[in-house]
Amino acid sequence: MSTFAEILLNGLSLGSVYALIALGFVVIFRATEVVNFAHASLLLAGGYLTAVLHDDIGFWPALLAGIAGAALVGAAVEFLVMRRYRGSDHSVLAIVTIGVDILLTTELTRRIGTDVLTLGDPWGDAVVTVGSISLAQTRIAAFVTAALLITAFLLVFRYTSWGVAMRAAAESAETAALMGVRLGRVSLGAWAVAGGLAAVAALFLTVFPTPGLERATSLAALKAFPAAILGGLDSTTGALVGGLLVGVTESLATGYQSDLTFLGRGLGDLAPYLVMVAVLLIRPAGLFGTKELARV
Amino acid sequence: MSEVLHRDEARETAPRPGLRLVRLVRPRVGAWAVAVVLLLAFPFYLDRFWLQAGLFAMAAAIGAIGINLLTGATGQLSMGHAFFLAVGAYGYCVFAADGGDGLTGLGLPTWLAAVLAVLVAGVAGGLFSPISGRLSGAYLGIATLALVFIGQHVMFNAHDLTGGANGRDVPALNLFGLTFDDREVVVAAVPFGSAEKLWYAGLVLLVACALFARGVLRGRPGRAMNAIRDHRIAAGVIGVPVARHRAAVFVLSSMYAGLAGVLLALVFQRTVPDYFGITLSLEYLAMIVIGGLGSVSGAVAGAVFVSLLPQLLTRYSDALPLVSAPGTGGIAPGEASRYLYGAAVVLVVLFLPGGLAGVAARRRARNRSAQTHPGEER
Repeated sequence: MSTFAEILLNGLSLGSVYALIALGFVVIFRATEVVNFAHASLLLAGGYLTAVLHDDIGFWPALLAGIAGAALVGAAVEFLVMRRYRGSDHSVLAIVTIGVDILLTTELTRRIGTDVLTLGDPWGDAVVTVGSISLAQTRIAAFVTAALLITAFLLVFRYTSWGVAMRAAAESAETAALMGVRLGRVSLGAWAVAGGLAAVAALFLTVFPTPGLERATSLAALKAFPAAILGGLDSTTGALVGGLLVGVTESLATGYQSDLTFLGRGLGDLAPYLVMVAVLLIRPAGLFGTKELARV
Repeated sequence: MSEVLHRDEARETAPRPGLRLVRLVRPRVGAWAVAVVLLLAFPFYLDRFWLQAGLFAMAAAIGAIGINLLTGATGQLSMGHAFFLAVGAYGYCVFAADGGDGLTGLGLPTWLAAVLAVLVAGVAGGLFSPISGRLSGAYLGIATLALVFIGQHVMFNAHDLTGGANGRDVPALNLFGLTFDDREVVVAAVPFGSAEKLWYAGLVLLVACALFARGVLRGRPGRAMNAIRDHRIAAGVIGVPVARHRAAVFVLSSMYAGLAGVLLALVFQRTVPDYFGITLSLEYLAMIVIGGLGSVSGAVAGAVFVSLLPQLLTRYSDALPLVSAPGTGGIAPGEASRYLYGAAVVLVVLFLPGGLAGVAARRRARNRSAQTHPGEER
């Protein structure tokens, strides 16, 4: 029973990290209707900055620099690329983000090479034991941080004028523009916030028990895509639920791997995608996504 | 009278993606004849390296035509094409190989194996139709991402089918008694190895695939596909069965990918699971964006560009600034080519809507209008 509880708690913690990534993804989609396939590379950029800087300036300043750097990269992508597109077809813009992703990922993986970089986090491999359940400190830190950040974000989204502007832009860009909402600023903000959230997530994807920041980290970050999709691309609640669901399934599949050997090794990495396909078969718009209605 | 003519002309040259092909074929028969003669003569003059590069480009072109039918003409984003390439490649191995060494092999005639592999890729696409028929755009893009990961999982784990991480050998194609392997046949004093022989098979397949896709795009299904892309609801209202067409195009496109996979396997002579990853899927998307969404010639041009680029950079890495051989610390040719086509994707979408095919179409339109209306600004 205690292993089950451990697996479940680990899954929730992992899921909260996925939720952070998926949240940024959904924020960009809501603000600009663009599906950002470059999201994994934003995450890699934040993680890389933290990993490179932490030796010289210490962990916390490096983490801040990583967050700021990823936010800056996100904003730069919006400002230099997204804004230059004059057409109206958002699926074409999604393809542009694939191009951006190829560029950023190539550059970052070239810099990382075959190394495994540590991010110099203060938790190390310390473990907390309560009763018969032991959890890594990093997992607890991940869950607490993600919960705090997500709460803060949802409050900002709900109560500040920036959040209202963003929701207005998501509802109807044209009306929002007529009301004086600066759409450029809204989408710039969305990209920056998404980059920052991804950088925090990068930290928790690379701490104990994972070895560190490596090429494959971007593959781990990709699992936030199924999380966002199965929750519904345009729903922040969906991103949270999707993230947790993906995290818990992955954790369960990895934890009970020995009972599932007939399905092959490495099932945990596959679980998020299987859950997504299963959900999409039943609800094509995701669990919380708006069903597409059209008036003819 | 001239006013009427002018308007007709304007309508004809308007960039309608489905019709762009019509104009590509008509003009300058001479240029085409030269191209055909060159393509037929290459195996007699080029060395194996270039022939293999050309064969990769042909296989990529077949796959790119398929994904362009799906993503370009119907507007259904697919990031899962690597999976269907893998199904084709491994399907061929399973059907054609004789088995042994713990590997499953049915030992069928190789031509039958190739056909069956393509069909299996189609069936795999059909099994995905509950999703591919109902989803569109980014939802489908991410849903198809699942295929790549599921596919790689299977490839690494189903040892008896795929040989696991080490992959498995590809039996040579045997057609009407002619074996496409390295046993040399001398034709006109030129030794013909596998690359030379496959070159012609690849050319025939590519031409057949291109013509078929052109027929699809120009006929009723093509119109229906474009209608679905441009306005799904309007298409449904005028009687296009949207879900069925989406699923059908998905199947067709996976069969193209399967054929590309078979050809790639024959060229590589060994299939390994690492190759069929997410990078490959992104490469195919880059091809059709750079070449031009929704056009056959665009897909071919993009495929040639994206697949020859790393080969060119590898071959000339000594002579090029910034690029250096792999492992020497500089930018490796593979990376350099990824930078280039990544940047090309971004720049093409922003500044050259319509891609390379669009540029060609515009230039022809300008030439024609310069001939018929000298001195007139268009």
